[in-house]
Amino acid sequence: MINFLTQLGRYVLLLKKVFSIPEKPSIYYKQTMHEMNYLGINSIGIVTIISFFMGAVITLQTAYNTENPIYPTYLIGLGCRDSILLEFSSTIVALILAGKVGSNIASEIGTMRVTEQIDALEMMGVNSASYLILPKIIATFLFNPFLNLISIIVGIIGGWLAGTLTGVITSEDFIYGLQYAFIPYYVTYSMIKTVIFAFIITSVSAFHGYYVEGGSLEVGRASTKAVVYSSVMVLLFNVILTQLLLS
Amino acid sequence: MIRVKDLDKSFNDKKVLDNISVTFEAGKTNLIIGRSGSGKTVLIKSIVGLHEIDSGEIWFEDIPFNKLEFNDKKEIRKQMGMLFQGSALFDSLTVEQNVRFPLDMFTKKSPEEKAERVNFCLNRVDIINANKLFPSELSGGMKKRVAIARAISLNPKYLFCDEPNSGLDPITAILIDELIKELTEEYKMTTIVNTHDMNSVMKIGEKIVFIHEGVKCWEGTKEEILHSDCEILNDFVFANALAKQLKSSEKQK
Repeated sequence: MINFLTQLGRYVLLLKKVFSIPEKPSIYYKQTMHEMNYLGINSIGIVTIISFFMGAVITLQTAYNTENPIYPTYLIGLGCRDSILLEFSSTIVALILAGKVGSNIASEIGTMRVTEQIDALEMMGVNSASYLILPKIIATFLFNPFLNLISIIVGIIGGWLAGTLTGVITSEDFIYGLQYAFIPYYVTYSMIKTVIFAFIITSVSAFHGYYVEGGSLEVGRASTKAVVYSSVMVLLFNVILTQLLLS
Repeated sequence: MIRVKDLDKSFNDKKVLDNISVTFEAGKTNLIIGRSGSGKTVLIKSIVGLHEIDSGEIWFEDIPFNKLEFNDKKEIRKQMGMLFQGSALFDSLTVEQNVRFPLDMFTKKSPEEKAERVNFCLNRVDIINANKLFPSELSGGMKKRVAIARAISLNPKYLFCDEPNSGLDPITAILIDELIKELTEEYKMTTIVNTHDMNSVMKIGEKIVFIHEGVKCWEGTKEEILHSDCEILNDFVFANALAKQLKSSEKQK
């Protein structure tokens, strides 16, 4: 318990350092653009592939579980839409990004720590926490909603293709299901979750990288810890946010 | 001038530096020598503020550096340059960007002025036609020289070098030592060098401080070091076989 509180305290103190006034905003702007490319654009591929197959599987599973004739077939489209909007495009994609982006951040910052690059920044009078972490937080905060949007669109396309190509649903029924009883707030809900998950993944992973002590073995361990802790935090906050935003 | 007074530093109840008091003189190459694990790196990192000290005082001229807040320390830090043991060049930046980094961060120079300064610093350390290379493409000696170029880019008043020639061949090590000495004289910097290399001591040492197990055991000049009565220092200075032979033949005479 004491260890948990100590780590929590260090995390809060790190965030305080991260959100202090930047030395030179123009440099931070450049860094943020670089991180958007590195952490955001480079993740489009994996998000697209996962979302496509996720949508396809959701459609097929919904179809096989609603074979009873009393259920209208357009429910398959509705089920695919709501599953993707409410859960899959935000939470599952966040878990995938915790693996990809989280390990990347922890190992990058951890390596900088053990090779004294962070000391070199501090030595020059640069707030290393802010310089290294703030652009990553801003970049994911701004870019992850686009990833979420891509995931929603590609997921629905995947579901539509799987449904129509296997013949479990007609294109008209699927599209009718997509439009039926649509609640626009679900998109807002999904976006809110995405930005909060983006913050969790980036800050938790950066925390594990920033405080690495030792050598390459410890950097590897920090990277694993970053993925595990940020995934658990995403799942925990998923429950909290669902209760807060949908109840 | 840098003055350290009664400095103590521990890690997890293990005392690493015990009551160190020493003055590093301006315009000179001051050397901290000692065996591996004696506390040299901790001392230099404590002086520059990378380690919080347990007690004691660190003065840069008449400014109590360790008592300053983070933002006030920044002003002094802009006058410092440091060469780390592993060079600590930023992997994601090219040679040119590494040297330009302090200029981008702390000056309002135009891009042309920055480029001119970067080229001047790189030329000064004999790095030619390597501006666009990344640190991973450089040899150990080149990395050290680029790190020195970065350290001097803001015209520092204080230069700190942690094991500047570790991992280098003897000839490159001498070149790095000579470069540090030349720059110290040229810019009239207060330079502190951590080393356990006796070649460096004899080549560039002007004031030498010997640390053993976290305690300052001896201080003096390179001329005095050869005739010291301090047994631990003699064991360190004359550790290699050739030096031992020379010492014993001198005694026989």
